[in-house]
Amino acid sequence: MLHGYLPAILGGLGSTLSVAGTSLAIACLFGLLGAAAKLSDSPIARGIAQTYTTLIRGVPELVLMLLLFYGGQIALNALADRMGWGYIDINPFAAGTLVMGFIFGAFLTETFRGAILAIPRGQIEAAQAFGMTRGQVMRRITLPQMVRHALPGFTNSWLVMLKASALVSIIGLDDMVHRANLAAAATRKPFTFYATIALIYLALTTISILALGYLERRYSHGVRKVDFR
Amino acid sequence: MSAPVPNQPDSRSGTAPVALAARGIRKRFGAVEVLKGLTIEAKTGDVISMIGASGSGKSTFLRCLNLLERPTAGEIDFAGETLRLVPGRDGDLEAADASQLRRLRSGVAMVFQQFNLWAHMTALENVIEAPIQVQGLARAEAISRAEHYLERVGVAHRKDAYPAFLSGGEQQRVAIARALAMEPKVMLFDEPTSALDPELVGEVLRVMRGLAEEGRTMIVVTHEMSFARDVSNRAVFLHQGLIEEDGQPADVFRHPKSPRLAAFLQNTRR
Repeated sequence: MLHGYLPAILGGLGSTLSVAGTSLAIACLFGLLGAAAKLSDSPIARGIAQTYTTLIRGVPELVLMLLLFYGGQIALNALADRMGWGYIDINPFAAGTLVMGFIFGAFLTETFRGAILAIPRGQIEAAQAFGMTRGQVMRRITLPQMVRHALPGFTNSWLVMLKASALVSIIGLDDMVHRANLAAAATRKPFTFYATIALIYLALTTISILALGYLERRYSHGVRKVDFR
Repeated sequence: MSAPVPNQPDSRSGTAPVALAARGIRKRFGAVEVLKGLTIEAKTGDVISMIGASGSGKSTFLRCLNLLERPTAGEIDFAGETLRLVPGRDGDLEAADASQLRRLRSGVAMVFQQFNLWAHMTALENVIEAPIQVQGLARAEAISRAEHYLERVGVAHRKDAYPAFLSGGEQQRVAIARALAMEPKVMLFDEPTSALDPELVGEVLRVMRGLAEEGRTMIVVTHEMSFARDVSNRAVFLHQGLIEEDGQPADVFRHPKSPRLAAFLQNTRR
């Protein structure tokens, strides 16, 4: 099937999923840090977070990825040269996931910030008034309620990121898109191979939507649906 | 519930130890000073009603007692211990020792105007949360304690309901059970009936009256003049950030000394 290229393409799927999954974890980290900074009392932290989200959300992912990957490579080696470390070759997986995580962390910063602000202030106050520590308030009151508010925006970001993971093939990562490229070139049947991976992406996103929809229902404990009839 | 219990302020609090005291509390929001040096001492068993017009500073003062609002100046004593306060970055005071503040807060439970139940937890989960997290109670023990207090306020049959599915009166009674489950030395009530539909006010007031009769120490910011007059053993009238009158409810309500209190009482008579 597929001129014998199917196993190769499915092999690339693993790489696509691990790039997307790792990027997501990094993006969540940047997103939580960013949201905490934006909601903090410190004007410096707020300023840094504001610059981060403004810059990163304002430039195309592809441009940022090329800029950070190749530009980063040059900057790192210029530094290595000066320090006498010798040539450093950046691992494309590490670089790709870091850059993707950094970019999508900016979107998640806003998603998480909005989700935290959606929790009524009084519930946080009640937790403080009962003597809970900052960490307990975060873990027991804020996070569990924030998940519900964050999931719709989070789903959006994840879908965009899963698709944007195709960009890492440009910086030399051997993912599904990269393999489809090779197969299309070798067999001169681009439609067959690009249609195949399009369907695989569609399957992944559909599964994601179902899974995140399930999570959204699970985290809606205690929420009363408004009936407009 | 039966007829109002006559107040016996002297026998009740005469020589009892001071449970919570606040001295010289000031609070400034920018250029506006909303509290201009208030002093109050709640002895064990006292039920103190704080009355006054909107904007007189009652709620702000109550919130200063557990540092939900940071006072600009003043001193707070709880259970014979002075809360160590230091100026924060904005000049208002904050606790020097976070664990000392948590100790105070776990012994001074608060009931809020908007209930502020945690929306993602059932009534029972709301009540066991702080005893487990803050006081380190075992879960089974917290549950039996919670069930006792939910029973006490008459909402035990709703223990598995989430707050959104409870009426306002039920939510506030769960909130009172949540406060009771801390077995606090002092309870603070911040206008506990002001957000309720009129027909639900009674059920909450009845619970509060019962607590007062048990001899619990309560400081209540309220617009319910009948509660202040019949249930509390002390009434404090605030006006523009100062205590204008402080005494036994019978005196305060029948023979107001200040013309402003007289006018306030006139206006609240319905």
